[in-house]
Amino acid sequence: MDYVLLTEQFLNGFQLGIILFLMAAGLTLVFGIMDLVNLAHGSMFMIGAFVGGTIALLTGSFVVGVILMVPAMLVIGVVVEMTALRTLYPRDHLDQVLATFGLILFFNEATRLIWGPEGLVVPLPAFLDGIVSLGFGITYPVYRIFIIVIGLLVAFGLYLLVGKTRIGMLIRAGASNRTMAGVLGVNIPKLFSIVFGLGAVLAGLAGLIITPITQAAIGMGEDVLILAFVVIVIGGIGSIRGAFVASIVTGVIDTLGRSFLDVVLLLFLPANAAESAGPAVSSMLIYILMAAILFFRPQGLFPPKGAR
Amino acid sequence: MQKYGRRLMGALRNPANVFTALVLVIFALTPIVAPALDESFYVIVFARIMIWGIAAVSVNLIMGYGGLISFGHAVYLGIGGYTVGILAFHGVTSAWIQWPVAIGLSGLVALIFGAISLRTKGVYFIMITLALAQMIFFLSVSAERYGSDDGLSILARSDFGVSGFSLNDKTTMYYTIFAFLLASVFVSWRLVQSRFGTVIRAAKSNDPRVQSIGVAAYRYRLTAFVIAGMMCGIAGLLQANLESFVSPDMMNWQRSGELIFMVVLGGMSTLFGPVTGAFVFLMLSEILAGWTIHWHIIFGPFLVLVVLFARGGIAGLLTRRAERD
Repeated sequence: MDYVLLTEQFLNGFQLGIILFLMAAGLTLVFGIMDLVNLAHGSMFMIGAFVGGTIALLTGSFVVGVILMVPAMLVIGVVVEMTALRTLYPRDHLDQVLATFGLILFFNEATRLIWGPEGLVVPLPAFLDGIVSLGFGITYPVYRIFIIVIGLLVAFGLYLLVGKTRIGMLIRAGASNRTMAGVLGVNIPKLFSIVFGLGAVLAGLAGLIITPITQAAIGMGEDVLILAFVVIVIGGIGSIRGAFVASIVTGVIDTLGRSFLDVVLLLFLPANAAESAGPAVSSMLIYILMAAILFFRPQGLFPPKGAR
Repeated sequence: MQKYGRRLMGALRNPANVFTALVLVIFALTPIVAPALDESFYVIVFARIMIWGIAAVSVNLIMGYGGLISFGHAVYLGIGGYTVGILAFHGVTSAWIQWPVAIGLSGLVALIFGAISLRTKGVYFIMITLALAQMIFFLSVSAERYGSDDGLSILARSDFGVSGFSLNDKTTMYYTIFAFLLASVFVSWRLVQSRFGTVIRAAKSNDPRVQSIGVAAYRYRLTAFVIAGMMCGIAGLLQANLESFVSPDMMNWQRSGELIFMVVLGGMSTLFGPVTGAFVFLMLSEILAGWTIHWHIIFGPFLVLVVLFARGGIAGLLTRRAERD
């Protein structure tokens, strides 16, 4: 187990954590504030990738794609919130799960109709296509560093938005006690639309920036969505800070587990047993982590203060 | 006898019950009628629907009566199915070994998953059941020895060692499934009527009150969760035998979503609702899929509309209409 590979895999895990954070941040706010189980958040991931990718291909510039994706996802998010989800707030979780499950089927099929079943290949932007040396003999793709930087910037921006601005104060108030915030004169429906639009932009951004590595595919958001569920359960629903810490931890553990678990298992098990158990156990690792954390802290690591 | 006759006639005044009876009669007669009409294809279709019906009945047990929204229930289909598949792969085909192991393993997994997830409530519960099911899903995907993504073909069906009773015979297979369907409804009826079922239902409607009269609802819920897991495991082992094939797709999270929808569509917390729900759901997808390959674009909004406007599902709609008239 040499340190070069270890560092690279650690960075890969960090980058996965960043993607998870962009998904989980929106999801945890929507849960925390609106008490809405929104499975269709994964569809926002996918739509962001397809819409932004198409703009990037049409204009020939990935950066333009990213920039124009923001207002596009904001509009899509707000429209979805106002047409489909608004009626679901007073309903119970079961109705929300089912209705947003129906939305997933719809969005997947609509995407297939518009873009065809093959998905969309978005090339790596030329100025980010390359490998950079980080010293000590470690090299790493520029584009993945770009993802990490973007993610950290967004996380910092969210920290400022939620922690230091008036709208952030309203969001926090909504997350810890929605009814009380409403009674004190916060325009809750408007706040909901803003938060949902913001969540859609973040999810869309995550989907778009991962596309040059993976390509855009139908249903691409669903696996990420389930990982993001794990993340917000670990982090505590409604907490951005919890989502950030849990995302990074989940991303790193998952990635390192997949690359090194068989090596670690070799210390305890005979070679052939370690080789067959490695992939199986590593795919279960983060779920075991989740179960363990829930066992000791059923509310997650960072439950928002004053949450019901 | 006369008393039962009168009660039956009374029940049939409700169109929801007429519909249930109709579905059951269709199930009962298909192997006789379908070949006569040269539509033998429907024997397999209805056998499949009945298996989903068993799984949906098990979901209704915890969701409809217990209020526990498990979004990972399809995992027990997979465990039941894979147990049969893996044992057969290693040459163990006796049903007397396969079936108890499959049911026992489903129960054991349900016990572990239930013990973890029942510590939480609401949204957490939904997401944890989903995540735990994903774990087993990925386990099956990474099991290269048993076919990974491609699934595992089962070369020999479960063998009961009884002459004249073989699951290779289509009609025997069909009526075995039919018998299990009726048995699952019977079990859920007896459970719901018992003291046990009363506690489960009471904890759904008012948990603090159940706690305060000194009943630990956790243990009851966990038991219900295990029973539902085992029942769904039976559906899984039947499916493995019917299709002679298992794959990770059996426990894809979308299957869990579909199971929940079948229950809601038919009518939650009603005895036969999950069965009629499975029937309508699968027939409708069959018809729509024959119509266009993009049938999800109709089916998705249909699902949303059912949730928004048809609370109580088919049973609720038909019953309400009867009361209005």
